[in-house]
Amino acid sequence: MTEPVLDVRGVSKRFPGVLALDDVSLTVAPGEVHALVGENGAGKSTLIKILTGVYRPDAGQVHYLGQPVGFGRPLDAQAAGISTIYQEVNLVPLMSVARNLFLGREPRGRFGLIDTARMNREAGEVLARFGITVDPRLPLHSLGLGAQQMVALARAVAVDAKVVIMDEPTSSLEPREVETLFRVVRELSGRGIAIIYVSHRLDELYQLCDRVTVLRDGRRVHTGELAQLDRLSLISLMLGRDVADVRRHGLTGFSAHDAGDVEPILRVRDLTVRHQLHGVSFDVRPGEVTGLGGLLGSGRSETAKAVVGALGADGGTVDMAGRRLKRRTPAGAIRAGMAMLPEDRKAEGIIPGLSVRENIVLAALPRLSRFGVVSRARQDRVVETFMKRLRIKAASPEQKVSELSGGNQQKVLLARWLCLNPRLLLLDEPTRGIDVGAKAEVQALIDELAAEGLAVVLISSDLEELVEGADRIVVLRAGAVVGELSGDDVTEDNIMAALAQEAAHD
Amino acid sequence: MSQILTTPAAPAHPAPVERELRRERLAGLAQRHGAPAVLVLAVLVASVLFPAFPTAENANGIAIQSSFLAIVALGMTFVIITGGIDLSVGSVFALGGVLAAYASQWGPVPALLLPLAVCGAIGLLQGLLIAKTGMAPFIVTLAGLLGARGLLLAVTDEGSTTYLVPKDSAFLEFGQGTFLGIGYPVYLAVLLFVLGAVLLQRTRYGQAVFAVGGSPDAAALMGLPVARIRVLTYLLSGLLAGFAGVLNASRLSSGVTILGVGMELDAIAAVVIGGTLLVGGAGSISGTLCGVLLLGVIQNVINQIGTLNSSYQSVVSGLFLILVVVVQTFLGRRRRRPR
Repeated sequence: MTEPVLDVRGVSKRFPGVLALDDVSLTVAPGEVHALVGENGAGKSTLIKILTGVYRPDAGQVHYLGQPVGFGRPLDAQAAGISTIYQEVNLVPLMSVARNLFLGREPRGRFGLIDTARMNREAGEVLARFGITVDPRLPLHSLGLGAQQMVALARAVAVDAKVVIMDEPTSSLEPREVETLFRVVRELSGRGIAIIYVSHRLDELYQLCDRVTVLRDGRRVHTGELAQLDRLSLISLMLGRDVADVRRHGLTGFSAHDAGDVEPILRVRDLTVRHQLHGVSFDVRPGEVTGLGGLLGSGRSETAKAVVGALGADGGTVDMAGRRLKRRTPAGAIRAGMAMLPEDRKAEGIIPGLSVRENIVLAALPRLSRFGVVSRARQDRVVETFMKRLRIKAASPEQKVSELSGGNQQKVLLARWLCLNPRLLLLDEPTRGIDVGAKAEVQALIDELAAEGLAVVLISSDLEELVEGADRIVVLRAGAVVGELSGDDVTEDNIMAALAQEAAHD
Repeated sequence: MSQILTTPAAPAHPAPVERELRRERLAGLAQRHGAPAVLVLAVLVASVLFPAFPTAENANGIAIQSSFLAIVALGMTFVIITGGIDLSVGSVFALGGVLAAYASQWGPVPALLLPLAVCGAIGLLQGLLIAKTGMAPFIVTLAGLLGARGLLLAVTDEGSTTYLVPKDSAFLEFGQGTFLGIGYPVYLAVLLFVLGAVLLQRTRYGQAVFAVGGSPDAAALMGLPVARIRVLTYLLSGLLAGFAGVLNASRLSSGVTILGVGMELDAIAAVVIGGTLLVGGAGSISGTLCGVLLLGVIQNVINQIGTLNSSYQSVVSGLFLILVVVVQTFLGRRRRRPR
């Protein structure tokens, strides 16, 4: 192997409470396309942020072109030749394509003024090399996402980059745009540019990458030639499960019979969201926990969001308790008896500055009030009931939610939705980021709720949790249902087998 | 715009894309040419209705009266494009005038430099607070509005002292001198607008102003010095407001303490009427010029009517502002983010 252009040696990074990276090493040679994979929380983004100068490592060193480096700012990393392309296009939508391309390093003519004509001409030339013909004077947002991503790539490479880091660059692209992107990536690698490619789409990795590094829980668990690693082994490494086990069980004995004869309360058919879901169908029965499984980016959260109308669907139907939901909106979903706990409870659920009581009754306020006047007595009764039932540990109902532990915050959110007497509960990663003890409690609660006749949809990237919690599991991959497990077939091995097996088809 | 993409954006949905592009073009047109079109229309209507309107004398009057607001609004344009707001400019304008009149006793150079130094310092301080501590521009510059007004009252014995510019001072030339019958302030405003347009469109600083307002996160990730750009922008706004105050003091031969109240709102109105997005990221210097002139024409026309109280000027300006914002909102609803 030639001298590596980037050599990460034993890097560690600690955040309060978590060791995000633990002695991770990574080498990338010029012209190599190196896959970086791992599930959520594996440390990929932390590693990328260290490489791009957003974070500084607590231990270890990054060698770049043979020299130890420590970038203080993203600008320094860029100037040195390490460019990054983010999942979301990070350009300025209202500015023209050419201006985005050259922002911060515009060609200057007389008096140090920007030479607009030259900038537009050069932008056209650069873009043509990337296979996009577009008037560079057009505002960026008038381009399709694929073209925008190409502009980002062109910008990254134009600064004489030696290393380009691509963080899930294809997540919002059309298949044809993906092909163009791949062509450009291969061309770049042919020119000796090293590429670190982060993606959850196994097909892409196998098409594009030479070597792979797998991270799990902040540690490097594998580095090697990608071609020598089959899909099943790769998935096992990512999820941390035994390969032999998976092999032995395989994808056999799929039983078609349902857990019960109960009429499903939720019937989802052909749910389609452009780029994200491709005809997802499944049923949820009362008294049952239905798990949505799959790797990160497989469309689990998107499915839940589309069901409750938080994500606009392009097609498909949702029937709740025998009635079709016509215009799907979150408010309509709540009226129909659905409640959803979002994945990111900080951003989408909890209001940290309010008290436990206020957070709980928030969604139920219309029911607890008469003529717009909120009855405090009724509030207190409801809050007391749920604090007791969900065993929420708070000094008093008036304590600020931000002062509670993660597990108790999650319970407060759960209480908020249970106030509404939902018939269907969608839980997206309900135990993420909460400690082990609280986790078990939340899991027990979910079981209790289902036993009381509630229909529950459980989304979790923790296989163990999914297998133990769910009665039935709908396995998703790339926005489509690839398998359904129920009864005794609900095992970790079967889920992994379903993920790998299906992947091998295409 | 006939050339679109060879990488087809969405073959499955040709109709919405087509509609979006059309909407896009319309929004672009309205934003770029809306203000000048309305200005031309207003001038034409006024010329037909009022014989006293289309005279050189009247036009000269509008021009000189608008020049002070124009200079203030110029700085405001930069601030608003970065996604910020500067409420302090009215007070800073008045403070600049008072300091200029006060310092004119030592000659024209101190009369220019003292107010610029103080107003620049106020702008710089506001910029540092906003950029480095992440405080809201609204709050910081509201404090600036109060602070600058307080400073003004302090140096004028609570407003009871009005400093007069010495009658023979060369400083008076600034605001009162004319060339070819047109006042110096008009030339200065035009010159500043040309420089401002070049600064915004043809320098890296100007491009960064757009980027910071359009998407601060993306700007930072692209390696732009976001904080420095913000600081410079508020500094520029303070300097321009102060300079407008200096010119005004020279024109009035004194530092009038009650000036500039509510001027920040006129400046914001002119900028927004000129097509600059209040949320930042898009706007133009020429639009602001049209916005200022439009406000000037409205005031002039209401004065021409005579029977109408001049307060109606604010009513009409307000209606225009609402109209512009409504149009912007409808046309530009989809322009904020990449789809």
